[in-house]
Amino acid sequence: RGMRRCSPKYKVVGKVQGHLTHLLCHSPEPSEEDDIDEEVDEEEEVRPESLSSEELEKLKEAVDERKKLIQALRGKPWPIKKKCVILRESQEFVEKYEGALGKGKGRKLYAYKVLMSKKWMKFQRDFENFKTACIPWEMKIKEIESHFGSSVASYFIFLRWMYGINMILFCLTFGLVMVPEALMGRPYGTIPRKTVPRAEATSAMDFAVLWDFGGYAQYSVLFYGYYNNQRAVGWLKFRMPLSYFLVGVGTVAYSYMVVIRTMARNANESGVGDDNSFNFNWRMFTSWDYLIGNPETADNKFASITTSFKEAILEEQESQKDDNIHLTRFLRVLANFLVLCCLAGSGYLIYFVVRRSQKFSQRDSNIEKEIHVNMVMSLLGMFCPMLFDVISALENYHPRVALQWQLGRIFALFLGNLYTFIIALMDEINLKREEENIIKFNITVWEASLFNGTVSVNSTAPPVTIEPADVPRGPCWETMVGQEFVRLIISDTMTTYITLLIGDFLRAVLVRFLNYCWCWDLEAGFPSYSEFDVSGNVLGLIFNQGMIWMGAFYAPCLPALNVLRLHVSMYLQCWAVMCCNVPQERVFKASGSNNFYMAMLLVILFLSTLPAIYTIVTIPPSFDCGPFSGKQRMFDVIQETLESDFPAWFGKVFSYASNPGLVLPFMLLMVLAIYYLQSTSKSYKEANMELKKKLQTVVQNMFPPLVQQSCFNVYF
Amino acid sequence: MGTTASQLGKDLLSEYQVTVFCFVFSAYKRFSELLGKDEKDVLHERVPMDRILTLPELKSNPFRKRICYVFSTSDSKNGSLTFEDFLDLLSAFSDSATMEIKSHYAFRIFDFDDDGTLDCGDLEKLVNCLTGETDETKLTAEEMRQLISNILEESDIDKDGTVNLSEFQHVISRSPDFVSSFKIVL
Repeated sequence: RGMRRCSPKYKVVGKVQGHLTHLLCHSPEPSEEDDIDEEVDEEEEVRPESLSSEELEKLKEAVDERKKLIQALRGKPWPIKKKCVILRESQEFVEKYEGALGKGKGRKLYAYKVLMSKKWMKFQRDFENFKTACIPWEMKIKEIESHFGSSVASYFIFLRWMYGINMILFCLTFGLVMVPEALMGRPYGTIPRKTVPRAEATSAMDFAVLWDFGGYAQYSVLFYGYYNNQRAVGWLKFRMPLSYFLVGVGTVAYSYMVVIRTMARNANESGVGDDNSFNFNWRMFTSWDYLIGNPETADNKFASITTSFKEAILEEQESQKDDNIHLTRFLRVLANFLVLCCLAGSGYLIYFVVRRSQKFSQRDSNIEKEIHVNMVMSLLGMFCPMLFDVISALENYHPRVALQWQLGRIFALFLGNLYTFIIALMDEINLKREEENIIKFNITVWEASLFNGTVSVNSTAPPVTIEPADVPRGPCWETMVGQEFVRLIISDTMTTYITLLIGDFLRAVLVRFLNYCWCWDLEAGFPSYSEFDVSGNVLGLIFNQGMIWMGAFYAPCLPALNVLRLHVSMYLQCWAVMCCNVPQERVFKASGSNNFYMAMLLVILFLSTLPAIYTIVTIPPSFDCGPFSGKQRMFDVIQETLESDFPAWFGKVFSYASNPGLVLPFMLLMVLAIYYLQSTSKSYKEANMELKKKLQTVVQNMFPPLVQQSCFNVYF
Repeated sequence: MGTTASQLGKDLLSEYQVTVFCFVFSAYKRFSELLGKDEKDVLHERVPMDRILTLPELKSNPFRKRICYVFSTSDSKNGSLTFEDFLDLLSAFSDSATMEIKSHYAFRIFDFDDDGTLDCGDLEKLVNCLTGETDETKLTAEEMRQLISNILEESDIDKDGTVNLSEFQHVISRSPDFVSSFKIVL
């Protein structure tokens, strides 16, 4: 081991370090172990107290090295026997010398610190174990993964992640908005906005009305209109309007933060992004999914791997060929044109149906109007994707590229539908606001008529007591918006569940039982069992979440509704997938699409908060309902709070900070910073590629094979 | 449960837990289920390969035999595993195992002739494992030759006709799918 002849004190440290390197390089034999142990024991007579400070330093270093080794032990590719031996050795060494190091120099403190850090690590480990055990639905998802592979399981993992986000949003809206108003605000029936009007009182408890979220459901904490604009409620002096506003802003901010954080994490994990340089190697070494535990899925996987090999080989050969590129281009342009026609057609259809329903809104009941619009939207959502699928046969893309085009088109379809819906909603809001002006005028007339019969207006007579139910009410457009969104979500959910039951379950039952008496083999031939449509389901989930974000400000009950919906969906879809679906024939890895779905979610988040922000900033709130009634704009509540609740200097600082002269340069600075970071990252990537190429050529040309291996060990 | 729990003492449990990525106690339970009625000593008993291969997680895996051979520490190289070998297996395939560990063991699994490099024979056997047993899914000889030459072209940097451990790790570390697919969870 090459130890020098030196003082015994050095020998201890040196021997220990030599022992360390010996253990790391060779696998220990039992006999050798005992010898080494004995030798170290002999040296023990050298007491650590007699070591000078530099020797103590060296000893401390050795102890630290051992500790690091213990930490890193998991990541070493050695058999457990060797790891356990090294672990015991290192632990003994550390115990023996650690305490000694502390002698005479605040030893008790040192020992205490060591004890605390051990307890902290143990606590961290236990907490990690506990957290892993707490993850909901883990067994279910694992079972699905073993039957269907990781791409189907990725949908359920995404669903679970969405459930987590919605749970947090639910806690925010429930705890900070709904509960304070319910407990500390004025109870039902005391003021006009909280009471069902006399005209509707007889039908307020009907199931049909409640299902449509009218009646008692409308005049409750579920919707915006119920909330009182009193500045502080209860003995806690809870600032209700401020809380409402901040929770609305906070839900959006939290969602942004979570989505961007997940995207960043995914981007990190997916590596440098060398997509095609190791195509064949990756297909060879990483295509088998070790989680597959089901023979049927395994057979499917074998078939798909074979297909992917053959495809890759063919592509490689064809990429040298270059013919018919003009025909392909023409066909692709034609396909895109057809798709644009479809999208325009569907947009016009929705607009037409909504306008028609508004025209006949006096004749048809509310429910029929809803059914028209929602039915059209759902049918479009079902049939247009199939049409896009057929059109994409013209394009002749690689399946993964074709899938992304398909997803993009369906995304555009849903987006178009959603925005048409919003435009229709805006028309309704404007109508309601005009109505409001008329009603305001009527109320002044009505109030004057109340005093007519008794005394003149100028005398100090006691005020006339009026039942809150009799007061004429404004048409509260915010509650209307909230109700529309809730109805849309409910009808969308119903459509999804019914499609699932009919499209998957009924189909599976028919194929299974009619097969005995049918001319051709139903299971292998035409209908057969359905496959689980991952991308369609993920898109549906993303769009539903967009609707929640859009409507949550006006209907605080939406996150609660969504939590319930996701919970039911999880169980229903897990059951449906195991019972009615078969594994996909082409199995695509989920990870490549992961960031694609996150990017779509981010776009939807942005697009769905735009309408809400627009209405908050431009439209004045209703005069007699909601927490902002009486204000000029909803965000005035912030101004008010700053003026009355904070000290004067705070208001001054805030007004300086929001001065355009300060904000604009700040934004400019941020844009410049983004540009700078973008360009440095690009240059790093280029430098990386250059270095790689250089290293390849250098190694290839100049060094013999044996040395090359050690070069790689150093550089990679 | 009483007899099985008592064999894994607290010290031993925490010692194992520091050295592996998986959960030791659940591994212990699964392993003890594999033992026969007369095999009581869970910690030292050696379980033959065909019993290990009855585990549902390994049953459908085309590399199941190679996995057993790689993790086995038996002198006769018959693929039998003790409890510690089983722990090694689960640790390497665990969710939290690092890329280095997984790529190290993946290389050893794919190295069918155990010579430390992946040459054409290893790659051919690998492809045959992946494409299944039936004739309709096997690749033709021409396709096989084309495939292997493409693979070597991509990853064999020193052009010696084989893929060694460093080249393998270089390729694998850039794959986005490897860590998530190279996973076995009990």
